[in-house]
Amino acid sequence: MLSVEGLRSRYGRIEVLHGVDLEVGSGEIVTVVGANGAGKTTLLRCISGVQPASGGAIIFRGEALKAIPAHRRVALGLSQSPEGRLIFTNLTVEENLRLGAYLFADERVERDMADAFAMFPILKEKRNLPAGGLSGGQQQMLAIGRALMARPACLLLDEPSMGLAPILVAQIFDVVKTLKSLGVTVLLVEQNAYAALRIADRGYVMETGRISISGTAEELIADPRIREAYLGI
Amino acid sequence: MPELLQYLLSGVTVGAVYALVALGFTLIYNASDVVNFAQGEFVMLGGMITFFAWQAGIPLPLAALLAILAAATIGVLLNKLAIEPARGAPVASLIIITIGASIFLRGSAQLVFDKQLHRFPSFSGDDPLRVFGATMLPQGLWVIAGAVAVFLVLWLFFARTLTGKAVLATANNRIAASLVGINPNHMMTLSFAVSAAIGALAGVLVTPITLTSYDLGVAMALKGFAAAMLGGMGVPAGALVGGLLLGLIEALTAGYVSSVYKDAVAFILILVILFARPQGLFGRKAMDRV
Repeated sequence: MLSVEGLRSRYGRIEVLHGVDLEVGSGEIVTVVGANGAGKTTLLRCISGVQPASGGAIIFRGEALKAIPAHRRVALGLSQSPEGRLIFTNLTVEENLRLGAYLFADERVERDMADAFAMFPILKEKRNLPAGGLSGGQQQMLAIGRALMARPACLLLDEPSMGLAPILVAQIFDVVKTLKSLGVTVLLVEQNAYAALRIADRGYVMETGRISISGTAEELIADPRIREAYLGI
Repeated sequence: MPELLQYLLSGVTVGAVYALVALGFTLIYNASDVVNFAQGEFVMLGGMITFFAWQAGIPLPLAALLAILAAATIGVLLNKLAIEPARGAPVASLIIITIGASIFLRGSAQLVFDKQLHRFPSFSGDDPLRVFGATMLPQGLWVIAGAVAVFLVLWLFFARTLTGKAVLATANNRIAASLVGINPNHMMTLSFAVSAAIGALAGVLVTPITLTSYDLGVAMALKGFAAAMLGGMGVPAGALVGGLLLGLIEALTAGYVSSVYKDAVAFILILVILFARPQGLFGRKAMDRV
């Protein structure tokens, strides 16, 4: 569904992705784990098109994304819940969700919104409040809900567990598993390697802008290098 | 008593003009956090283009329409040629660009048109209407109706339409907006076009009362900006109330104190109000949690 080939990207003169290769098959949950600053967020920003790639290719459903601006990639079926959530703080919770489905104006929007509320009941309770007043965990739920409203074929999730209480982390990872059963492909970027690998089919380990190890989730959980460096076991 | 009513009527008329200019600020501010100081030039362009088109033999309503469309086009060009290339620059730099654009537009108008004062006929004649001993020009009613209509349309746009929400979302976070499929450049183009059209409409409506000339824009931008700040930048209701309030304060000061002090009193009152409520009368306090 999504393949990344030799992807390079730079911030000014500093290159942060030095040729990343990665493959996400249809219906899979693939996770990219790695330490802070490894380039995981940059990778997702490149795939969504809000960070320019300086080399390599991103191919989504057979189409090269290079010349396609960020807002048009959403229409192709790629949507992202970004790092730092980036919700629209000046709008209400419901308006944020509605804007997630900005490209659509059919009756399915209402249904998707009801689904999002069913997934995150707290959002329904706060639907008419400004999103800027939500707690961190609630903002994370809203960011995921908003990304789902875009009817993604492939959902990009950037650090959904960041800054959240363990019970919320578990809840959000349950949601990701549910999404898989609904047929959504997920590319999940996480520092919380253990939690991510437990729900993933396959995983990649990223270190300083390169993929260092890859394999099935079971292989990675069993890999002594990963157990030591990322799982703390 | 007729005196007071007279002051109120002229205050509301002038205030409606300020409100229209302030409403023009609202849209661009909501899309980009930029205060467009070229907004006053659109008022000037509305009046000047209408006058010269009318003088060239084009019927007045058509001339007015032409002026509004021309101003909207100039607004789009301003965004495409001056604002969009500077994307990523701090908001303050963008505001300075709009000040440059206003100087440029004023200079161009001086060259393309002339330096004279101009007027075209009122829409419904110049016979004053009598209201309980006070008088009001029929054109004043046009200005007030224009301000109320633009307010209603803008309010509906932001409160009820998805495109309106998309404009607000773009201002809040450009990256997040493009991540949900909004094209931020479209939103900016749209806001500049509509803002310029609103400004030009103000120019068309007010020229029969106040006349127009190439350098009208500075005063308009200043008063409109003051009105928008008073009401709360970015809130259509604030622009309307701020404009009317500013017009009323000016008219009452001119009537009961002296017209020499009308600007001073108005600005001092605005300072006092903003001191107590920095976000303006209708502005919402920015609230973010991280």
